[in-house]
Amino acid sequence: MPADPHANGAGRNLRYVDAINEALAQALGADPRVFVFGLDVDDHKGIQGSTKGLPQRFGADRVFGTPLSEEAMTGVAIGAAMAGLRPVHVHIRMDFLMLCMNQLVNMAAKSRYMYGGSVSVPLVVRAIIGKSWGQGAQHSQGLHSMFMHVPGLKVVAPSNPYDAKGCLLQAIRDDDPVIFVEHRLLYDTEAPVPEAAFTVPFGRARICRPGADITIVGISAMLPECLGAAELLAKTGIDAEVIDPISLAPLDIDTIAGSVERTRRLLVVDTAWTMCGASAEIVAAVAERLGTSGGLSLQRMGHAPATCPTSPWLETEYYPDMRKIAARAFAMARPSAAAWVPPADTGAMTRKPFRGPF
Amino acid sequence: MAQSETSPQDVARIYAALYLVRRAEEEVARIYPTDKIKSPVHLSIGQEAVAVGVCDALAVDDVVSGTYRGHATYLAKGGDLDTMMAELYGKATGCARGKGGSMHLIDMTHNILGSSAVVGSTIPVAAGYALALKREGRSRVVASFFGDGAVEEGVFAETLNFAALRGLPVLFVCENNGLAIHTPVSRRWAGTALCERVATYGIDTARIEDGDVFAIRDAAERALERIRSTGQPAFLECLTYRWKEHVGPGEDYDAGYRERAELLRWQARDPVRLVGERLAPDRRRQIETGIELRIAHAIAFAEASPPPAADQLLRDVHAG
Repeated sequence: MPADPHANGAGRNLRYVDAINEALAQALGADPRVFVFGLDVDDHKGIQGSTKGLPQRFGADRVFGTPLSEEAMTGVAIGAAMAGLRPVHVHIRMDFLMLCMNQLVNMAAKSRYMYGGSVSVPLVVRAIIGKSWGQGAQHSQGLHSMFMHVPGLKVVAPSNPYDAKGCLLQAIRDDDPVIFVEHRLLYDTEAPVPEAAFTVPFGRARICRPGADITIVGISAMLPECLGAAELLAKTGIDAEVIDPISLAPLDIDTIAGSVERTRRLLVVDTAWTMCGASAEIVAAVAERLGTSGGLSLQRMGHAPATCPTSPWLETEYYPDMRKIAARAFAMARPSAAAWVPPADTGAMTRKPFRGPF
Repeated sequence: MAQSETSPQDVARIYAALYLVRRAEEEVARIYPTDKIKSPVHLSIGQEAVAVGVCDALAVDDVVSGTYRGHATYLAKGGDLDTMMAELYGKATGCARGKGGSMHLIDMTHNILGSSAVVGSTIPVAAGYALALKREGRSRVVASFFGDGAVEEGVFAETLNFAALRGLPVLFVCENNGLAIHTPVSRRWAGTALCERVATYGIDTARIEDGDVFAIRDAAERALERIRSTGQPAFLECLTYRWKEHVGPGEDYDAGYRERAELLRWQARDPVRLVGERLAPDRRRQIETGIELRIAHAIAFAEASPPPAADQLLRDVHAG
């Protein structure tokens, strides 16, 4: 199991965005094959800080902006990867990956297989999910499950600065195309991160909080919400186990199913819709593994089945949060008890509220 | 025809390449009804001069990138005939181990990138490969072949712009056979001035209208010289004609979307015949005999090769 980022005293505290930046700098410094490109990676804002300073340090041949040509730029990355380079293609919002689908699904994912192992595509696609401050319909989608569906792609969604750095370095070293899912609201979160380069292996989930009564799986920005929910539940006497899958494809179903085998209850919370989503896959895989005869309780939470609204009042309804998660988990753990919702003054934002503009 | 500038060796070499592509595909068409070839085949018969002319101008370590109608590109660049035929048969010894078929031929040892069944998809991939070659600094070029349908894809314009912007060593080659499946250019293009459109990106262009293999080769040589000296991409539009149906071994002149008279006009300048006639009969027979032996060997190789074992199903989904 990957190290617990919060127990790791070796690192200084680093923000998620700075962990990404540090990983890129270390990869660029260590391997001349690595290059970082995408729309606006070299402007004064540097993809919300994540590429800031890199063009100055590594030069315009290694870190450069592109025209607004997402499909072609993805193809360029694939061709460069086939030729032995290690491109990191950056998208400031995950929604823009819809413009890259042909290249990602038909070329990146398949090239190794359909060319009989003659080529590899060591490509990293960084994609940031937005949330709040009116990001709305086309700046806040969590589309990771679309990529999980396709054999040949790897998908990781680190929830904290430690995993952000370790997974990004692993993704760049990996010989397969990796969709690297970031979340804008995690950018300011801090955790101890070792200064030296290190990798977090794919396909291994982490039990972030051990518990006996219910297993809660939190994906990306939902992981901190699930940890908050577990604290709220603890006050009611419910002992929740919280798991971060970290990597969605490959998916460590062993760790999750092992936990559910003990707790008999599974709640998966995604920063995406539930229909055909990562949460659906996790629940289905656990059900297949454990069978349904033992009285398992399996549930999912995610974005409301609607387009993301911009009004903050509607947005609050749209997203799961720690109080909603705690209430749902309570109902699963105590099915015969009266419904319980944590008081409104608990579960206030665990991190700085995001004020925009972007 | 630029006959005066070509040496007898040029004629012999180019005839060998033309004859190889033509005869290999005729054999594919001959075998096809037996169902031994388990792959949709998009034959280049009639279009050989484009691949042969351009590839003759390329250096051995230059790279080509082709389409699902890619047998000609593959063979003209020196791709392995045995493993190509085995790939069409779905055998373990195929160039893609039986996982790609006719539409996904690849031979990296001969600098042939894999082809794609999704029109236009390989154009930016070729540019990305060229970006890596530029960094390598050895003046190698990628020739990216695509059809007239591909220039309608957005990714074509995106790639032209990026290649010109960054100065990538790409020779863009449009094999304009006037048809996207069964729909003629006249029903697809608002204007036919393709070279003029491409030139607005600051890319040098040339249009070869008569399918003359030597004219195509000369245009490619000039373009390659420019690419290597200026670092800028270049573009060729080569008019050509698909003799066979879109997919499959047959003809479809009774389908109503084109006239046989058009075929006859192109057959009158069939480069395989015309170039062959320029050779002394003995020399020509010698070349043809050697190629027939190679083709027979490839077919025997494909037939005798084992099918892929079931345990290969999940191999190469991932590198690791």
